[in-house]
Amino acid sequence: MRLPLLALLAKEPAHGYELKHALEKTFGDAYPSPNIGQIYVTLGRLEKDGFVRAVDVEQVNRPNKKVYYLTATGREKLDDWVDEPTEGPRVRDEFFMKLVLAPLTGIADRMTLVNRQRRHYLSLMRDLNELAERTDPENRVALLLIEGAMLHLQADLDWLERCQEELP
Amino acid sequence: MTGAPAIKAINLVKIYQSGGVPVPAVRGIDMRVESGEFVAIMGPSGSGKSTLVHMLGGLDVRTSGEIWLDGTRADTLSESGWALLRRQKVGFVFQFFNLVANMTIADNVELPALLGGASPRQARERREYLLGELGLTERAAAAPAQLSGGEQQRVALARALANQPRLLLADEPTGNLDSRNTKDVLRLLSDVHKKGQTIVLVTHDARVASMADRVVSLLDGEVVDDGALPRTRRRPMGTVGDVVELRG
Ligand SMILES: Nc1ncnc2c1ncn2[C@@H]1O[C@H](COP(=O)(O)OP(=O)(O)OP(=O)(O)O)[C@@H](O)[C@H]1O
Ligand SMILES: [Mg+2]
Repeated sequence: MRLPLLALLAKEPAHGYELKHALEKTFGDAYPSPNIGQIYVTLGRLEKDGFVRAVDVEQVNRPNKKVYYLTATGREKLDDWVDEPTEGPRVRDEFFMKLVLAPLTGIADRMTLVNRQRRHYLSLMRDLNELAERTDPENRVALLLIEGAMLHLQADLDWLERCQEELP
Repeated sequence: MTGAPAIKAINLVKIYQSGGVPVPAVRGIDMRVESGEFVAIMGPSGSGKSTLVHMLGGLDVRTSGEIWLDGTRADTLSESGWALLRRQKVGFVFQFFNLVANMTIADNVELPALLGGASPRQARERREYLLGELGLTERAAAAPAQLSGGEQQRVALARALANQPRLLLADEPTGNLDSRNTKDVLRLLSDVHKKGQTIVLVTHDARVASMADRVVSLLDGEVVDDGALPRTRRRPMGTVGDVVELRG
């Protein structure tokens, strides 16, 4: 969560709750909402590393609140992040390990493993379908994130089919 | 309502002859689809999916086994007997569309409704609804050859549903569609399914399959899995943290 927070602070200084709301508003239900504790912990670490700094702002009848802003080093860090190419997702290989190794141990046969995994992927897909239906049609970011998850899941299923064809 | 299943297939077998060599495409499939049920058929290329649905729709002759539609034996019908049965109660979407080339899109969709006994006005209204749902209203006057592959495929689906058939058999109805157009097809399928449409649909597309009540998986002409999809454990699902994982 470090870099998304830096990116939000590049737009304008903000306090913890504002950052939490900004994340939620941007990604909708498609992204697990961070709890405020996590955000403050992350901000604390960013401050220690010199990427952000905090100023106390006085409030009437309330404790001071900390408003965070991006430092020059923070800006550099953010630029590096934006400029470098990003690793693609890796193959989820735990299932593949099971598929290759389980028959050797006599624990389970491959057909059963593949069938169970296929049903699992398809039910995740159904959850994504339902999530997409519930998501505000105006929230392009959330919908694209869900669509990305669907396309990855489709690739997982296609690969599963290849495994079923190739491994006796 | 007799309560008879929409489809019952018993030990269905199809062996093609290819250059004197027998090619077993479907090797003893039992299948039961209840009225109103939505069943997806999945499986690798060459596993016998098209062959199976072609037999269920009478478009390919079975080698052995029985097919019952709505409680009536169908595999013993003549070609014209099948044609009549299809006209009355089966809509079929082919993997490679089969639109009538010298008719407009509108006429392609209206024809089955008219053949099925709908009035011209009913046929037109149904066509307008279906083309509208699939985002094709503007293409109604075009000829099939003027449409993209994905557009033709959506027309083929509209045509199959024109007659409000009791049974929809669809072979890869989203095979040529991008993500956005697939969404239109999904919405229409879910819509007609909610209204009681029985659907048997072949697909590689997990989004389509995940809408089904039940998924049947084929491998080498046999059923290797058949069952309803499990509910995932975390629910109600607020987020999909397991699948959606943003780094950074
Ligand atoms: N007319 C035919 N003559 C001879 N063999 C055929 C014929 N039609 C299909 N086959 C063979 O039967 C098997 C099953 O074919 P089918 O078209 O049912 O597969 P499928 O599961 O629909 O595949 P795909 O996902 O590629 O559409 C294949 O081995 C295919 O080569
Ligand atoms: Mg096929």
